[in-house]
Amino acid sequence: MNIAAKSDTADASVVSHKITMVEAVNLALARAMQEDENVVVLGEDVGVNGGVFRATVNLREEFGLKRVMDTPLAETLIAGMAIGMAAQGIRPVAEIQFMGFIYATMEQIVSHASRMRNRTRGRLSCPMVLRAPFGGGIHAPEHHSESTETLFAHIPGLRVVIPSSPRRAYGLLLAAIRNDDPVVFLEPKRIYRASSQDVTDDGQALPLDTCFTLREGTDITLVSWGAMIQETLQAADQLLEQDISAEVIDVASISPLDMATIRTSVAKTGRCCIVHEAARTHGVGAEIAAELSESSLFDLKAPVSRVTGYDTVMPYYRNEMHYMPTVERICEAATILMEEGL
Amino acid sequence: MMQKTFDFFIPYNRFMNEQGKLEQALPEWSRDQERLIEAYETMVLIRNFDQKVVALQRTGKMGTYPSILGQEAIGVAVGQTMRKDDVLIPYYRDLPAQYLRGVRLVETLLYWGGDERGSQYQHCPEDFPNCVPISTQMCHAAGVATAFKIRGEKRAAVVTCGDGATSKGDFLESLNVAGVWQLPMVIVVNNNQWAISTPRKVQSAGQTIAQKAIGAGIEGIQVDGNDYFAISDAVQHALEKAHAGKGATLIEAISYRLGDHTTADDATRYRSKEDLKAGWEKEPIQRLRHYLLSQNLWSESQEKELQNKSTKIIETAVSDYLNTPPEPPESMFDHLFADMPAPLIEQRIDVKSLAGPGGTQQGSH
Ligand SMILES: Cc1ncc(C[n+]2csc(CCOP(=O)(O)OP(=O)(O)O)c2C)c(N)n1
Ligand SMILES: [Mg+2]
Repeated sequence: MNIAAKSDTADASVVSHKITMVEAVNLALARAMQEDENVVVLGEDVGVNGGVFRATVNLREEFGLKRVMDTPLAETLIAGMAIGMAAQGIRPVAEIQFMGFIYATMEQIVSHASRMRNRTRGRLSCPMVLRAPFGGGIHAPEHHSESTETLFAHIPGLRVVIPSSPRRAYGLLLAAIRNDDPVVFLEPKRIYRASSQDVTDDGQALPLDTCFTLREGTDITLVSWGAMIQETLQAADQLLEQDISAEVIDVASISPLDMATIRTSVAKTGRCCIVHEAARTHGVGAEIAAELSESSLFDLKAPVSRVTGYDTVMPYYRNEMHYMPTVERICEAATILMEEGL
Repeated sequence: MMQKTFDFFIPYNRFMNEQGKLEQALPEWSRDQERLIEAYETMVLIRNFDQKVVALQRTGKMGTYPSILGQEAIGVAVGQTMRKDDVLIPYYRDLPAQYLRGVRLVETLLYWGGDERGSQYQHCPEDFPNCVPISTQMCHAAGVATAFKIRGEKRAAVVTCGDGATSKGDFLESLNVAGVWQLPMVIVVNNNQWAISTPRKVQSAGQTIAQKAIGAGIEGIQVDGNDYFAISDAVQHALEKAHAGKGATLIEAISYRLGDHTTADDATRYRSKEDLKAGWEKEPIQRLRHYLLSQNLWSESQEKELQNKSTKIIETAVSDYLNTPPEPPESMFDHLFADMPAPLIEQRIDVKSLAGPGGTQQGSH
């Protein structure tokens, strides 16, 4: 990448474009690759095909074979190689085609990526990103719809980040790539193309380990992330019609978890409902509820509640909508908190 | 002085060329005319069915579906050759094998149509369901084969996978143990030249996939997987070996994926017209038909009859599928554990009450 080309992109960056979340992912990848020649992309079908969701489209044409690598079909390899590259100062962004196929990477993530820095007392580290689309609601086949972010959230030394809009996808992915530690970046594929948003390609990252308050309110705090932000915002709209003012927080960084923002909000509203698509038990919602019970008991006017997926295997698509939290379920839970409250 | 410590070669076999002309004398078993007719009829039925499933997906009545277009001979060979008491551990492109083993077409439709009952096979109680996480089934096959060995049963575990799957550790780990423990295992690799957009040569620099067997100390053979005789003969040989306690065999069946990877894929993005055209020239059905016609084992009137019969079978399966109401939503709880744990009972009630009386009708195909 030469300097002249770089400043060309800087000029172009002033313009903002209405783009979808998957386009924002692509834009952030291109941006990061332009800025830092150490950033490389690898994975199955990411090159010639541009990714099965088109997230890496045109990157191979723009940055060449050496920086956009179609790998053999081998997830353990992809994660393990990313660790090796990262320890060498490359910044790999590895794509796992679907979260359902990420489990083979677990050993590499748990035993190596997340603890290389600690094991070597900072001598080696793993500045790598593992991207994977996740979540239900797109009528996908078996193993293509689960939300298992909590498995990764429980690993010390690992960041887990989930965007919920095109703009946050752009800013958070840039931050994840620039971050000096391993990040699992989970992309809610149900909203990959659900809507478009003006995104400015200005290279501005968003902060990691910070929640985003999407809407201010005074009666109840609704906490969610990923695709469920859609339902949560709709629920907030409906609640307003019942004169219930809901604050909506997008956690975005599942780990490390920014409890300060959630606590401050709950101190104001006194009520909290956590919404997630993942199974209920041992989910990230349980952690947030536990934190609130430790720190905010006397701010709470009602028990913390959760609207989540069930503790079942994600049903195949004919019945998946019965698994997913709905606007109605969120509204009902919120209304109960308002009625039950002190 | 440097000496040769070991040398290997990988046989490649085929009996019949692309035009259905024999290149060598057929094996003994091929005198069984009924078997040849059944093979041909099944290939035609399954191809018509497969294309019907793609059409259902295009009209919104089916989920994402991986067509087996052009790879019918492999599955037919596996399905015909296996004994009923062998166990099939398939991947997801084994429709003909599953059909011949008793998986009903309506079950296949239900599975890809988003209904768990599609894996509740009525007629093959021990066969494994489709396996979507690539290559993971290889290890199950080693386990099934080990179970046979523990009990001293002369049965075989037959496992299939694609060319892409051979790049995973699971594949090599399974081959390895199959060699060390002399497992009664038959591994059939459907080398259809593609793993989504990734061509065969990107998976491995090895000249053949079959040679991966050598590293594990088992037999590896490559055959023309579009030549019904070659693939059947290889599977039969491997099964006889497994049943006789003589260990595992890896069969690399060379074929070609004539369709998109799945209905969610568009192969024109990464595959040239010429490549596809060359693939069509090698497809398996035409050449078997030519052979059968040349031997007077088949006629145009039989062909017509077969097409009519196939259409009826397919229409019945499709209408059974479309008329199968979805399971009630609370069914998501009913098969998780042998005994339902108390916390789930409450959640089950919740799902049921939320779905309401009309809830069971909501799940469309
Ligand atoms: C572990 C895993 N990784 C990725 C995928 C996504 N995926 C589905 S099929 C496929 C290609 C498989 O190619 P191959 O093994 O050659 O079988 P084919 O589909 O060509 O028959 C991929 C990458 C998956 N299902 N499982
Ligand atoms: Mg293949």
